[in-house]
Amino acid sequence: MKEKGWREIPIAGLIVEAGNAQQYKTGDWRTFKPVRDVERCTNCLNCWVYCPDSSILVAEEKMTGFDYDHCKGCGICAEICPVKCIEMVKE
Amino acid sequence: MKDKLALTGNEAVAHAMRQINPDVVAAYPITPQTEIVMAFSQFVADGVVDTETIPVESEHSAMSACVGASASGARTMTATCSQGLALMWEIVYIASSLRLPIVMPVVNRALSAPINIHCDHSDSMGARDSGWIQMYCESGQEAYESTLLAVRIAEDENILLPVMVCLDGFITSHAVERIELLEDKVVKGWIGEKKTRYSLLDVDNAVTYGPLDLQDYYFEHKRQEAEAMRKAYSVIPGIVNKFQKIIGKKYDYLEKYKMDGANLAVLALGSTCGTAKTTVDRLRAKGIKAGMVKLRFFRPFPAKELVDALSKAKAVAILDRSDTFSNRGGPAFNEIRSAFYEKKDKPFVVNYIYGLGGRDINVEDIEKVYTDLGKILKQKKVGTLVNYLGVRE
Repeated sequence: MKEKGWREIPIAGLIVEAGNAQQYKTGDWRTFKPVRDVERCTNCLNCWVYCPDSSILVAEEKMTGFDYDHCKGCGICAEICPVKCIEMVKE
Repeated sequence: MKDKLALTGNEAVAHAMRQINPDVVAAYPITPQTEIVMAFSQFVADGVVDTETIPVESEHSAMSACVGASASGARTMTATCSQGLALMWEIVYIASSLRLPIVMPVVNRALSAPINIHCDHSDSMGARDSGWIQMYCESGQEAYESTLLAVRIAEDENILLPVMVCLDGFITSHAVERIELLEDKVVKGWIGEKKTRYSLLDVDNAVTYGPLDLQDYYFEHKRQEAEAMRKAYSVIPGIVNKFQKIIGKKYDYLEKYKMDGANLAVLALGSTCGTAKTTVDRLRAKGIKAGMVKLRFFRPFPAKELVDALSKAKAVAILDRSDTFSNRGGPAFNEIRSAFYEKKDKPFVVNYIYGLGGRDINVEDIEKVYTDLGKILKQKKVGTLVNYLGVRE
């Protein structure tokens, strides 16, 4: 996203649009990213329960991947995974 | 028909507040400002205003409450001075950075230590870089009128900055003058309905005030703030012209007094201007070409007007009622002298720091300044750049 000049933004740092945090990609704060071994994953969805950033993507009750735009790489999913199929890999 | 009342400067300001009828006043009493809060509270108790008053526990809370009220769209006022202004410091900056048009009379008083309750400009001059507009008043009448003018300036959609209306503690705040008040309905018409673009209470157009703003945008917001003060400089004369139609006086950035053909000039802020005018009259009667300039707005700083007003004089003394302790003189002196930098033929400019902690300044003191200016002119050089007027050696 191209950053705007001072003439183009609302005054005083006001946020004039509700819920626009959605547009803010916090994923770039990450140092380590979670990578899943699909073969070993049992789809127990413990990672989905514990993820503090709602970054575990699920479809039809199956874990389908990570939302890397918002995952901050905290590693809770890897820690909680009962079969240890999630590895934290340096970006 | 104007009302003429015998009022102290503080009471005159309280009457301005009564006529403005702000939505919210959050204030904490402090000498010599107390009387403003006291008189205004009486108006609230008597039901002559609709204002929601918030009797807070400190000035820090006073300005915090004002920020919240103003961000919700309320027309908001407070008043303070000295240690009170010092205590509200961090919120003073937040008020201007959030572009909240709060109007705050400041009854100038010295800062501790040693503790002192009398007039100097150390309090508001310390806040000169806080992004507030600052007006300095010569009299109670001016304090009344400046307060009315301040509301329109602060709330102008091209400005949106808070305003300090500074009046000299005790000298102006407690002296009784014959004050002419405008009719209530004239004031009502003058200030009009407050318009608010972003209100915290507007749930249909939700807005967040004061979120975190880091390396990527903070600088842009500060650049906007700098632009607001530049805008203020260009917009204020128009507002002043409209105000003139109501009060018959022109609240220019400066007031020039007998500057035509003046060789020697003194510049001052606040009540000292009256003493300086009397001095000029006495010297003119003796055939000395003396004049004086009153600086009414310190922020925005009217550099061009100052240079125009003073450049025909040969020697100029800047009277500062506060020190910067920088070793280079007072705030008005530094900025005015700097404004002359591009000018080819400039007068000698010398600084006098005076009146700290309420030390009296009289006509004889200012006469001495003009005598010194005469010597500077004769010797064609400024001896001591920064002088202390009225201090015992």
